[in-house]
Amino acid sequence: MNDMTPTREQREAALEGMGCKRKRVEDIRFTQGKGQYVDDLKLPGMVFGDFVRSPYAHAKVTKIDATEALKLPGVIAVLTAEDLKGVNLAWMPTLAGDVQMVLADGKVLYQNQEVAFVVAENRYIADDAIQLVEVEYEELPVLVDPFQSMAPDAPVLRPDLEGKMEGAHGPRKHHNHIFTWEVGDKDETSKAFAEADVTVKELISYHRTHPSPLETCQCVASMDKVKGELTVWGTFQAPHVIRTVASLLSTIPEHKIHVIAPDIGGGFGNKVGAYPGYICSIVASIVTGVPVKWVEDRMENLSTTSFARDYHMTTEIAAKSDGTVTGLKVHVLADHGGFDACADPSKWPAGFFNIVTGSYDFPAAHLEVDGVYTNKAPGGVAYRCSFRVTEAAYCIERGMDILAQKLGMDPADLRMKNFIKPEQFPYQSALGWEYDSGDYHTAMQKAMDTIGYRELRAEQKAKQEAFKRGETREIMGIGVSFFTEIVGAGPSKNCDILGVAMFDSAEIRVHPTGSVISRMGTKSQGQGHETTWAQIIATEIGIPAADIMVEEGNTDTAPYGLGTYGSRSTPVAGAAIALAARKIRNKAQMIAAHMLEVSEYDLEWDVDGFQVKGNPQARKAMKEIAWAAYHAPPPGMEPGLEAVSYYDPPNMTYPFGAYFCVMDIDVDTGVAKTRRFYALDDCGTRINPMIIEGQVHGGLTEAFAIAMGQEIRYDETGNVMGASFMDFFIPTAVETPHWETDYTVTPSPHHPIGAKGVGESPNVGGVPAFSNAVNDAFQFLGSTHIQMPHDAWRIWQAARDLGAHG
Amino acid sequence: MIPGEFTYHRPSSVAEAVAILASHGDEARPLSGGHSLIPMMKLRMAAPEHLVDLGGIADLKGIAEDGDTITVGAMTTQHELIGSDLLGARLPIIRETSLLIADPQIRYLGTLGGNVANGDPGNDMPALMQCLNAAYVLTGPDGAREVAAREFYEAAYFTALAPDEILTAVKIPVPPTGHGYAYEKLKRKVGDYATAAAAVVLTLSGGSVSTCSVALTNVADTPLYAEEAGSILTGSTLDADTVKRAVAAAEAITDPASDGRGPAEYRIKMAGIMLERALARAADRARG
Amino acid sequence: MSDIEQIPVSLTVNGKKVQRFVEPRTLLIHFLREELDLTGPHIGCETSHCGACTVDMNGMSVKSCTVFAVQANGAELTTIEGMANPDGTLSALQEGFRQMHGLQCGFCTPGMITRAHTLLKENPNPTEDEIRMGISGNLCRCTGYQNIVKAIQYAAAKLNGTDIQEAAE
Repeated sequence: MNDMTPTREQREAALEGMGCKRKRVEDIRFTQGKGQYVDDLKLPGMVFGDFVRSPYAHAKVTKIDATEALKLPGVIAVLTAEDLKGVNLAWMPTLAGDVQMVLADGKVLYQNQEVAFVVAENRYIADDAIQLVEVEYEELPVLVDPFQSMAPDAPVLRPDLEGKMEGAHGPRKHHNHIFTWEVGDKDETSKAFAEADVTVKELISYHRTHPSPLETCQCVASMDKVKGELTVWGTFQAPHVIRTVASLLSTIPEHKIHVIAPDIGGGFGNKVGAYPGYICSIVASIVTGVPVKWVEDRMENLSTTSFARDYHMTTEIAAKSDGTVTGLKVHVLADHGGFDACADPSKWPAGFFNIVTGSYDFPAAHLEVDGVYTNKAPGGVAYRCSFRVTEAAYCIERGMDILAQKLGMDPADLRMKNFIKPEQFPYQSALGWEYDSGDYHTAMQKAMDTIGYRELRAEQKAKQEAFKRGETREIMGIGVSFFTEIVGAGPSKNCDILGVAMFDSAEIRVHPTGSVISRMGTKSQGQGHETTWAQIIATEIGIPAADIMVEEGNTDTAPYGLGTYGSRSTPVAGAAIALAARKIRNKAQMIAAHMLEVSEYDLEWDVDGFQVKGNPQARKAMKEIAWAAYHAPPPGMEPGLEAVSYYDPPNMTYPFGAYFCVMDIDVDTGVAKTRRFYALDDCGTRINPMIIEGQVHGGLTEAFAIAMGQEIRYDETGNVMGASFMDFFIPTAVETPHWETDYTVTPSPHHPIGAKGVGESPNVGGVPAFSNAVNDAFQFLGSTHIQMPHDAWRIWQAARDLGAHG
Repeated sequence: MIPGEFTYHRPSSVAEAVAILASHGDEARPLSGGHSLIPMMKLRMAAPEHLVDLGGIADLKGIAEDGDTITVGAMTTQHELIGSDLLGARLPIIRETSLLIADPQIRYLGTLGGNVANGDPGNDMPALMQCLNAAYVLTGPDGAREVAAREFYEAAYFTALAPDEILTAVKIPVPPTGHGYAYEKLKRKVGDYATAAAAVVLTLSGGSVSTCSVALTNVADTPLYAEEAGSILTGSTLDADTVKRAVAAAEAITDPASDGRGPAEYRIKMAGIMLERALARAADRARG
Repeated sequence: MSDIEQIPVSLTVNGKKVQRFVEPRTLLIHFLREELDLTGPHIGCETSHCGACTVDMNGMSVKSCTVFAVQANGAELTTIEGMANPDGTLSALQEGFRQMHGLQCGFCTPGMITRAHTLLKENPNPTEDEIRMGISGNLCRCTGYQNIVKAIQYAAAKLNGTDIQEAAE
């Protein structure tokens, strides 16, 4: 060694491994407009498909006449359900065990439902042709209110299910009923309520909204009839699942289907499912023999592909007079729209809603969810959350505030009192989960201290007095939210999608010169996997992240994986990456031992290579070992240096956090202004703090939008209202609050690197923080619960109803 | 979202433009900034067979002062209105209002003429022009005529503009130096139309109101000139009681739709609140 | 096809002269993406709300989904593809977006950078509020804007030769 030898710290820094704020490799292309998104694709002979859609929410389709459309020059075909029946694709199975029409088969169940698929030379002609397709409808009574779905005289939405009183998730009790899902001990819970000093009960609704990524859903399907091979490029959060579904639905063997998800312009759950547009494009390409592109417009996106939420949660909490919670009872009425197309693991009709006991030590709990049909679009995706976790977090966090109010306790103190204690982990919840790790008290205390919680309460008190004296028309709310997420779906013992276990995978190949290509079963839509996956590998095998290329989204090259949603990438694929890397390191250790002529047990790992214990000068860097793996492997050892790992997680991970929102509300206009928002997240080991912060900012912004007005509304005849960015609330830089972020680190004990996942926490924890702030502001005027979303006019109405307008 | 087919015309003079419009009647539409018309065409809610692009007519640009009147060419963009020092000095309410229209990109192309001529009750400039008592110059085959902004609007998208006429300029009387003004707009977010908005221009003399003009945006199917509210306030010291009566008079003439911005009852009250706040700010400014 | 006559347009795009015949109803965004293969500007909302299609036309940021290609006849256009420095290195804004983590999925980024480019030309030293107002015609679903604001401040500082603050938190 000489003076030029880099120090250990320098070698570590050169890796840009875990824990460092590595700048993103993706940004080089994205900042130059060189991303490759689906609609950027141009193939020779490519044509364009577009939908004729129903103007009615519930109607019989009595006639479809495409004669005039087909006369238009440039129109190639108009597909209807009758055409799809020939290939047995007029209906498709959903992820939730239901079936869904691909094109209207005799009737429509929601406005803008797909009725016919026009294929034309370009999108201009396709749009012209749509205007020329004549469809005759016979209107039927419309069912919009889920509370009326199971009325005895409610219209029959699904004649196809007539007589089928056993659904995918057990018995159905009405023609518009989908399932009842029950968890927990009903008797124990009833006992807790009978013995309680205090109980509260409230209907807490979480309105229907939509993930609306900036890029809509789109695909290009290309059937090579000579080879019998189908290639589909698409906005797929889970490309391998799409391949398997495509193979199961078509007669094409899976190895002859190539699914490619190129760069994706945001997903947030919208791009998990399989939609009629994909099926129709594939069929159209098979029929025409040329590539077919389908691109949703924004109105189609907001009104047809995958709403989120729409849960109506009757929540009851039992407690002792000192605030100790003793029981939780929740009944959910879940509005699933016309088909049950929820994107949940197959055995979980209400996702992981049974995380609804939250961060609190409930000795008894009981949950029942009833899913029903209405004349609304199907979906029910996890919009930036693990399956139905944001609904659960909202339910319990609103419920705890309502309990605190009844008890006359401070909501932060009530939470502190009931938190699961650090020594209780791993913790068995009353609704069946095993929480891996947590230190809630520390996180909560840090958050309260940082934001100056007690001082804010004092300020609020003074403002309330001033308001009562008529000195101000502004009131102040402090929103407290402490959430526990459940992510990383999931263990094969309880998670699968259409029978495929929800493992994930990584393949790492170290080249002779010591650079790396790695491929995963996940698919980034902005999360920065190309950057962070390389950081994990860099730390594990000591090769600089800059020399590691990460590739996702091509099902021909990537190992099978279940994709990216539900904050599962880091908990599942992140573990697979670490374990694949460790396989490489283990082999490298044997090669290094051979090179250094020592036993492998005499070697120790040191940043970027192996060294002989007690003699650090005797070392082999990973780059040298890589060369040796191809040049002179030890006798009897296979050459090469690569590994694949498929990771079936032993448990979920349970990120948590403490969020505080300080809001000032103009009582006369209902306008709420967020003065401060503080978010403390604990996502276990932090791979890239810069990216974590970015994820938190983005998730909080979505939470802000959802809580404060982002809604898919229907009028009484089932017309979807405001399905454009004029009305659907996507905040601009002007409305969006400033975010303060913070963290604690409680690693997951069962994850190879201790990471838990973070992308969705801010949406899960953010919504209750905003809503609790609004609700908190009005408590002193006698309000118990104000439903979301908190648009200005709804806040104004609440203020008026409380007599605040004098 | 693709517009239907049309024939494109790009005249270089007003006369030429009018001649094209006259020869095609209802089948032709003038195109100025396009940010109202093109979205409607993409939704196929408007399908003109002939589109007459006014972008090539130099005469339609510019801001000029002549005595007590400022004349703004119809194709002057909101971005240009914001940047005009003349307007900034003499009619600062135009800058204040323009900054609340849509977003920066749209303001680069959106024009004053387009904003006032198409009759969309959501647009901000019509009420402002009513408040300022502006006149629109409408040029047709038989020459130009002037119509007061307060007389121009008939119903949503229905105005005094004939199909063969073009709104070529807006003439705005300049309020006296030291006047107070405010445009208060409540909206859900940048880019939205008003839930309700109020324009106020007033002058004070010795603490009481000498003149006061009030107009309201997006609380009926046309902009509303609130004449009675202005009369009630004139001569007052803007005491709470009088303001309350004026607000009630303004609210009484509103008839908003219930939509995503809120139910009618809310939007009516917001018209009143916006007026109250605009009055307070305008008075503050007039007091200096 | 239709009887509508195609119209010649000639314009300068990223410094290059371009001449084409277009159908009058061709939207500028489709002209750029499909005729000229400039796929940097994106289509997000189609109703002029999201700004993903923003390009610079004669020094103005415009939403090319709501402009007909014929309206751009004779114009000078700059798209994201024309933003890099002449030597091919990242411009101050492009670098700022990377340094300050001002993007995630990258879909809004071309429009956002193109808009910020014109904003800084008009106002080389904007306050945070001016930046937020200045990019209020561009929606981002991923970042929450905070780091976009920092990215633009980074670029402004670099272009002004003043101190660049520390990288994203």
